[in-house]
Amino acid sequence: MSTIVLLTLTGLALAAMYFLLAAGLSLIFGLMDVLNFAHGAFFTWGAYVAWWTVGRAADVLGPTGAFLLALVAATLAVAALAAAVEIGLLRPLYRRPIYQVLVTLGIGLALSQLTSVIWRPDARPFPQPDWLVATSTVFGARVPNNRFLLIAAALAVLGGLLLFLRRTRYGLIVRAGAENREMVQALGIDVDRAFTLVFALGGALAGLGGVFGAAYFGSINPNFGSVNLIFAFIVVVIGGLGSVTGSALAAVVIGLAQQFGNYYTSWAGDFVVVLLLAVVLLVRPRGLLGTLQ
Amino acid sequence: MAGIGPAAVASMGTDRPAHVAFDADAPAVLETRGLTLRFGGATIVDDVSFAVPEGLFVSVIGPNGAGKTSLFNLLSGLYRPTAGRVLLRGADLTPLSPSARARRGLGRSFQLTAIFPGLTTLENARLAAQAARPGNFAFWRGAGGDRRATERAAWALETVGLRGKDAVLAAALAHGDKRKLDLALLLCGEPEVLLLDEPTAGVSAEEVPVMLDVIRRIRRVEGKTVLMVEHKMEAVHDLSDRVAVLANGALVAYGAPDAVMADPFVRSAYLGVA
Repeated sequence: MSTIVLLTLTGLALAAMYFLLAAGLSLIFGLMDVLNFAHGAFFTWGAYVAWWTVGRAADVLGPTGAFLLALVAATLAVAALAAAVEIGLLRPLYRRPIYQVLVTLGIGLALSQLTSVIWRPDARPFPQPDWLVATSTVFGARVPNNRFLLIAAALAVLGGLLLFLRRTRYGLIVRAGAENREMVQALGIDVDRAFTLVFALGGALAGLGGVFGAAYFGSINPNFGSVNLIFAFIVVVIGGLGSVTGSALAAVVIGLAQQFGNYYTSWAGDFVVVLLLAVVLLVRPRGLLGTLQ
Repeated sequence: MAGIGPAAVASMGTDRPAHVAFDADAPAVLETRGLTLRFGGATIVDDVSFAVPEGLFVSVIGPNGAGKTSLFNLLSGLYRPTAGRVLLRGADLTPLSPSARARRGLGRSFQLTAIFPGLTTLENARLAAQAARPGNFAFWRGAGGDRRATERAAWALETVGLRGKDAVLAAALAHGDKRKLDLALLLCGEPEVLLLDEPTAGVSAEEVPVMLDVIRRIRRVEGKTVLMVEHKMEAVHDLSDRVAVLANGALVAYGAPDAVMADPFVRSAYLGVA
């Protein structure tokens, strides 16, 4: 029983991390038709900015204060980085989608390499406050507290995103744009701003996810993001491109499948995930909640 | 500046009577001067000059291929003319894009293409109202809290008779209701001049009178200047202050509905009546 509880909660935490990455990917693809291969590097940079911030601020603010500051710093820094990438490199290429894919791939590789160059390629332990590493006992299972924080953060992000999409001017533009971008432009709405906004928002979530990912795994390295990016892409495809709720649902499925698979065998976790992807692609190619073909 | 010149008539090679003058005395809201569109060797719109005075309802009729829709596309900015100009209250709109023209007050229905099936009717209307009034970059500002846009959207739905269907997804609307939504989207843009391209096309026989009622209501409540392309003669006769007849791209008759439809030239050539 305690094992199942532990695996479930850890699986949900993993799902929360995938969701933070996948939500941005899904929104970006839904509105802009851009497959953002740099998203993993955004995640990595979130982790490194957090690690750097904690290293500088821990003496002054204490471990908890430094961790909170790191959350804010990583989110804002990666949002700014993403906005700069969109404005500087993607905007000139909206008429050339293949070039865009190559550009995001290149940015991803370059940004990851940059972390190795600046901070060396070896893994580094990620310092976090003791209370996050400490465990709470739930039905006999001893679960690290950062798992709960990660799940709570993902739920808050899900709620915030749904509010943004359903209740704000730009949310309406993003949803309409995901259905028919040309028509939104023809209405005379400035879609460029919505693009930058969504890209920065995706970057912010990836940065945030990077910090929580660092807390989850306890250490960071330059390839940190690219490994998780693969699973995030799978989550986006299974959930349905452009659907935030679909991504949340698929993230839970993938996170749980991976945790349980990996517990019972050394190989089944990733295998089950790929199998699920194959089944969804065969049976329901538009994903669980997707509307795009 | 008004009236189709004798040149336009002469280019038709017809001996039209001289009554085709376009309300020369009233101040024009929408005006074209020598509007011409050629594709390859074909002349689609042939030197059309007219001026529509404030508050009039003008229908454009003519046989298929007469260039009615092309003329509308020139007015709304979808096509660039080979020659000539489009003026709104004397200001030259010719170089402007359709959306820029819409913001200046020249509104055109998009014939269903502007409807987003995955949004509710109210959200569709709100988006159109937002497009008409681009706000600042306050992305956190609630669309529901954006009172002017929401009020405008609700009013437009009310005007076209869709008020009870606020929360219905556009995809789930019956065809007639989609056409009404299309009109509501047009109204959300707060146009001075409405361009209606066959508003009853594809609408079922029992829905046509409802649609005409909606158009009549828009006209009565708003008192807007309207230009309409329409095939249904009863509708044209019923709604219009003036009727313009287009043939082979050129304007060949203009006047009060009764006069134009009684004109033997128009009757024989374009209404198929001997």
